[in-house]
Amino acid sequence: MAKSNAQRLQTPKPIIERPPAIKGVLAPERFMKLLGLVLFVAAAVLPFITATPYIISILTSAFIYIVLAMGLNVVVGYAGLLDLGYIAFMAVGAYTSGILTTQFGLSMLETLPFVVIACIIAGVIIGGPTLRLRSDYLAIVTLGFGEIIRITANNLDITGGPSGIHGIPTWSFFGWSFAEGLDIAGIHFGPKILFYYFVLFVGIGIAVVAVSRLGRGKLGRAWKSVRDDEDVSEAMGINGYATKLLAYIIGAVWGGFAGTLMAGHLSAIAPNSFEFLYSALVLMAVVLGGMGSTPGVIIGALFVSLAPEFLREFSEWRFLLFGVLLVVAMIFRPKGIWPANAVLPFLKKREVPQVPPTENLEVVGVADNADDAVQSPVSDPARSSTEEEGRR
Amino acid sequence: MFQLIWNGLFVGSFYALVALGYSMVYGIIKLLNFAHGDLYMLGSFLAFVVLGGVTGLFGLGSIPILLLVLLITMLLTGGIGVLIERVAYRPLRSSPRLAALITAVGVAFTIEYTVRQIFGASPLVFPIRLQGAPIEILGARITMPQLVLMLVAALLMFLLQRYVMHSREGRAMRAIALDQKASLLMGVNVNRVISRTFFIGSALAGAAGVMAAAYYGTIDFLMGFVIGLKAFTAAVIGGIGNLYGAMLGGIVLGLLESFGTHFLGGQWRDVFAFGFLILFLVFKPTGILGERVVERV
Repeated sequence: MAKSNAQRLQTPKPIIERPPAIKGVLAPERFMKLLGLVLFVAAAVLPFITATPYIISILTSAFIYIVLAMGLNVVVGYAGLLDLGYIAFMAVGAYTSGILTTQFGLSMLETLPFVVIACIIAGVIIGGPTLRLRSDYLAIVTLGFGEIIRITANNLDITGGPSGIHGIPTWSFFGWSFAEGLDIAGIHFGPKILFYYFVLFVGIGIAVVAVSRLGRGKLGRAWKSVRDDEDVSEAMGINGYATKLLAYIIGAVWGGFAGTLMAGHLSAIAPNSFEFLYSALVLMAVVLGGMGSTPGVIIGALFVSLAPEFLREFSEWRFLLFGVLLVVAMIFRPKGIWPANAVLPFLKKREVPQVPPTENLEVVGVADNADDAVQSPVSDPARSSTEEEGRR
Repeated sequence: MFQLIWNGLFVGSFYALVALGYSMVYGIIKLLNFAHGDLYMLGSFLAFVVLGGVTGLFGLGSIPILLLVLLITMLLTGGIGVLIERVAYRPLRSSPRLAALITAVGVAFTIEYTVRQIFGASPLVFPIRLQGAPIEILGARITMPQLVLMLVAALLMFLLQRYVMHSREGRAMRAIALDQKASLLMGVNVNRVISRTFFIGSALAGAAGVMAAAYYGTIDFLMGFVIGLKAFTAAVIGGIGNLYGAMLGGIVLGLLESFGTHFLGGQWRDVFAFGFLILFLVFKPTGILGERVVERV
């Protein structure tokens, strides 16, 4: 669309002067970025301190969980669609790359485009028809979809039936594979450590940053407005259906990507690692951490994936505990442990300016029936949270 | 052929019983109760416990004993349904729909893994296994227990229909389903009616659980999951929120599955059912008997 030089509407001057932006390290946004960078560097240094195969392995799984949870965060946290079969996309990704590597001899990197295409197709098949309907239908259809994928993988020959696919090679790039190891400055990096770094840089670095930036961009704001009130955002010119479908497809691609990572990490996949239970675990990571909140989702994913490792006796009881936690969290703290608009208490907050009394303001337009205008709508918590976000 | 139809009707009557509760709860508070399938599972486990006590008192199990157990279990699961509504769903009635759905998932998880912690993860053998000499009717082999179970299911559905359509309390239910606020203003005790709906729905799911346990012979803590999905499918096929729709949907799904299994093979049974769910949502989301729902802003 060509830009016209015709007269444009001018935005009116703000009634209240916008307070200056906060500077320094304690500005919330900058502080969170620094904190993220510090944690990222810490994770990168960790293999130099302790590199037992066990720790590297559980941390790699935990990072893959973070990728998965960030993908589900787009669907549940930003767009407000409940996806109960999210692990199915992981299965689609894992099986696509598993089959292509073991039976067609492609390398992991070469399977990536096929994974993306397969996930987009799956996302459109499931999301296409159901997103037009009520949002709660989507929840149960995704639940059914998760089962369909699992049963299909269980029954087909190409997927290896109940025993799954074995001997999936690790990632390789143009002939060089992680399996060969790497020597840099006299330090030998084994295949597992190289994969750890790969997941850390590509998975966390790109997945987390991309999702949180998506959430703040134009599309992300559209998702949040559709989540809070679809009718109003449609009146504002947002295509609700397309926006939701896009969220669903992006979530699907993320899940598929996590699936290929998981296939490379475990080198074997089987249908029973894609049961409903695991979909529910990822959902718990997102919900308990804080829907739509990047730090919250990371904390949730780490908790869900690492808790059974640290508390062995507790692992028997964890599913029961998670179930109770979900109910309790929804009743008492629906925004999770780190809500999307939370600011750490010691950080500087932008001061909310005093609103001048309304009598002094010039009246811009008069409502036809003044009674309606006086009644203030009951603000629901979801909406007020986004308002706060916008103000910040 | 008649065998297929008969099998479909028989399985369909279980689906219909579970779907009724699903549909009633959805109709009245617009909540998908994911825990509903788990109440079915809970019904079979409670019956397992109750049966242990009853057979200790009266000796070996038979059909009359089973009916007694059925009654006790229905009361118990109904009570648990009311408890769930009171503890988990009522505090969230005014919050966004996503919160209520997540809570429902949490409740389902809690029930499943409580049962797992108590009874263990491996399947249990139900003490009564209903087996009888088959009777040949029109070329289909029908056993006596099958007939009894179907009659019980039909009786329960008939009673429910009388209750909802022809009693004062049923009228209150239908009024709340139409407009909750208006019925509150008209003097309906909304909380009590919703509790009662949960009681009836859960009791029906429990009854289906007992019957399925007695018929199939084994129970395990995840048996409610697939049934919950199927019941939802049945409710959607018939038209969710509609009493007759749930019954019809259950029967239709049972028949579809019976024929699908025959022609495609048993391992695809669930895929077939969920595929139908998606097809129905694409082409006729209101179901066979459902009316077009206008979403209010």
